[in-house]
Amino acid sequence: MQHFTPSGLSLPSPNRRTLLRGIGGAAVLGAGIPLLSACGGSGTASDPKTVTLGSKASDPVPKKAFADIYAAYKKKSGITVDVNTKDSNTFQEQINSYLQGTPDDVFTWFAGYRMQFFAAKGLATPIDDVWKTIGDNFPEAMHKLSKGEDGKYYFVPLYTYPWAIFYRKSVFQEKGYEVPTKWDDFVALCKQMKKDGLVPIAFGDKDAWPALGTFDQINFRANGYDFHVDLMAGKASWTDAKVRKAFDLWAEILPYHQEGAVGRTWQDAAQTLASKKAGMYLLGTFVAQQFTNKADLDDLDFFAFPEIDPAYGQDTVEAPTDGFMMSKSPKNKAEAVKLLQYLGTPDAEDIYLKSDPSVVHASTKADTSSYTALQKKAYDMISGAKSLTQFMDRDSRPDFTSTVMQPALQKFIRDPKGVDSLLSSIERQKKTIFASS
Amino acid sequence: MTTDITKENPEAAAVPPSGAAPAENAKKVPQGHRRLLTRRDRITLGFMAGLPTILHIALVWVTALASIALAFTTWDGIGFDSIKWVGLQNFKELFEQNPQFWPAVQHNVIWFVVLIVIPTPLGLFLAVQLDKKIRFSRVYQTAFFLPVVLSMAVIGFVWQLIYNPDTGLINSIIGANEPGKYIDWIGDPDLNLWAILVAASWRHTGYMMILYLAGLKGVDPSLREASSLDGANEWQTFKNVIFPTLRPTNTVVLVVTIIEALRAFDLVFVFNKGAEGTELLSILVTNNIIGESSRIGYGSAIAVVLLLISLVVIIPYLVATFRKERRA
Repeated sequence: MQHFTPSGLSLPSPNRRTLLRGIGGAAVLGAGIPLLSACGGSGTASDPKTVTLGSKASDPVPKKAFADIYAAYKKKSGITVDVNTKDSNTFQEQINSYLQGTPDDVFTWFAGYRMQFFAAKGLATPIDDVWKTIGDNFPEAMHKLSKGEDGKYYFVPLYTYPWAIFYRKSVFQEKGYEVPTKWDDFVALCKQMKKDGLVPIAFGDKDAWPALGTFDQINFRANGYDFHVDLMAGKASWTDAKVRKAFDLWAEILPYHQEGAVGRTWQDAAQTLASKKAGMYLLGTFVAQQFTNKADLDDLDFFAFPEIDPAYGQDTVEAPTDGFMMSKSPKNKAEAVKLLQYLGTPDAEDIYLKSDPSVVHASTKADTSSYTALQKKAYDMISGAKSLTQFMDRDSRPDFTSTVMQPALQKFIRDPKGVDSLLSSIERQKKTIFASS
Repeated sequence: MTTDITKENPEAAAVPPSGAAPAENAKKVPQGHRRLLTRRDRITLGFMAGLPTILHIALVWVTALASIALAFTTWDGIGFDSIKWVGLQNFKELFEQNPQFWPAVQHNVIWFVVLIVIPTPLGLFLAVQLDKKIRFSRVYQTAFFLPVVLSMAVIGFVWQLIYNPDTGLINSIIGANEPGKYIDWIGDPDLNLWAILVAASWRHTGYMMILYLAGLKGVDPSLREASSLDGANEWQTFKNVIFPTLRPTNTVVLVVTIIEALRAFDLVFVFNKGAEGTELLSILVTNNIIGESSRIGYGSAIAVVLLLISLVVIIPYLVATFRKERRA
């Protein structure tokens, strides 16, 4: 009777079965939605021999370097690190819902304001007990970077890399240029390079973040580390005369930057340095990735951003630091603590750097014997720094930097004359964003 | 899934054996509808109608209404207790302080106007030519339609190879990648929107062509015959006979183009992430909502503005359509 009701309302059974299958599918889908939003938290809750770890290291080189660390840890302690790797952009975009759902016990993250933000929201566990054992491995600046606003530790740093001005040794030799340490020398060098037919400073801001780095350097050289921190935390005003001064200094060297920066990626800008068309380039050490030719790479060198105000000298270094945090209620807290203690050892850092030589140790106790000349210099620069800053979007609220600062600085690069209205617009927007939570 | 099916099989087999049943059923049919639907039928029907309804309400209406409600709050997406009512604050901020908002609205409008003025007539022109059954018609048709098959993101990558100011095709050919003569197709706010619109039009032309070609295939050939018997030339035939019969197609074209203009996103996002000169409402929504510390309330306010603009366009269309149906 199921098959042949006259009204045709009841369906033949094979169809009904497919229908039910569809309902089953929808039910699975329905159950899948919360799973998805929770970013697939691992279900190994009760296993005391396992610590889960959420990782944003999706590129092959860092992924393998991290895996080597976890393998070494398993050998040492018998504890399995169950890694849940996600594409790094996706990881960052979803971090919010990830940490609120069922996050892994430990997760990879950045030092600085971004770490403090989640710590202040109660989405991370303080790890003062971890730092009791690993504290001696790190310099004072790293201690400062790993604390939340409440003074407790929340972060274990693994590696770091500095921002500096890169140049070709052969070009400087050939033209008789000298590394500038003072602002005036730097401006004079730019002028000379322009006369010599070089692009003085390579520049690409299509991705909108490289300009943030230029601003950081000028700002903390001119106004000092403390002002940088206050400005980034939304405490200092963007209409302050100090900020205006930083922009004036920037406007002074802007004519020596490569033309059309907003349409160029940093990779393309790096190519102009590699092909010796540009004299200098301000970027992180990852610029070396673009020097695929060994001879070119050996020719690459860098110097710290020149001094602007003698009161601050060159004592601040912009050194974004990556590491680990513990989620708010780890399922296996005892083992997670032990894992973090291991990750804070020089051994763990050594293993990482063996596979990824583009960065340097965060610890001062790690083995630097295999460093390249660039790495050695980067390491010295960081360990000699009085204060370390993170990149602007790690030192400030990312929503502020991405929705306000990135477009604002792109605007400034093209139209440095409109700086006054730009700064008051930044300040107005900043107030509402920082007031919102 | 397989377990579900196996579970289902015995049940299906447990349906009362046929034989007496159909006869009984047939007897009872005239007595009323009720007996037509067994309990199982009603459950099945309930599922068929209920489940899609629930899904639709949950995924379309609840989310849309929630987003409207969130537009009057600030929320960083962390815990429900951090939702704070702020009234019209987000909108005030949007209209008065956000330097990207008004350019974005303007660019969405420009996007629509350009798509209507350039690729649409071009697509119609190509369709009319192809409709004449010229030789290699299929080849042309494929060539023009090909961009429509590509995803917008891919189109964005392809056109970047052309527009790249340092190594791109155009600047390399005309020598505009040197200092002094530099043309920054992607970064210059006076150029980049138009550069992107060329890419968007390139795709839209093929789309329009296919729609009009379908419309033209539906035109009664006897109309053409009649007009040529009346001594009309080709242009007169098109203007007075063919084009008026394309009216339903024109409506579809208009709707499709409005949708394309409002949902414009992927091409620009790949091209330069909506930097100055190419801001779009959809990109502002994304930038504010997706991220580590999201401004969900503020982003929702922008989305509500986008929704209102869509309604302004859609409501008159729906009213006109319903009126027509009522008349019919």
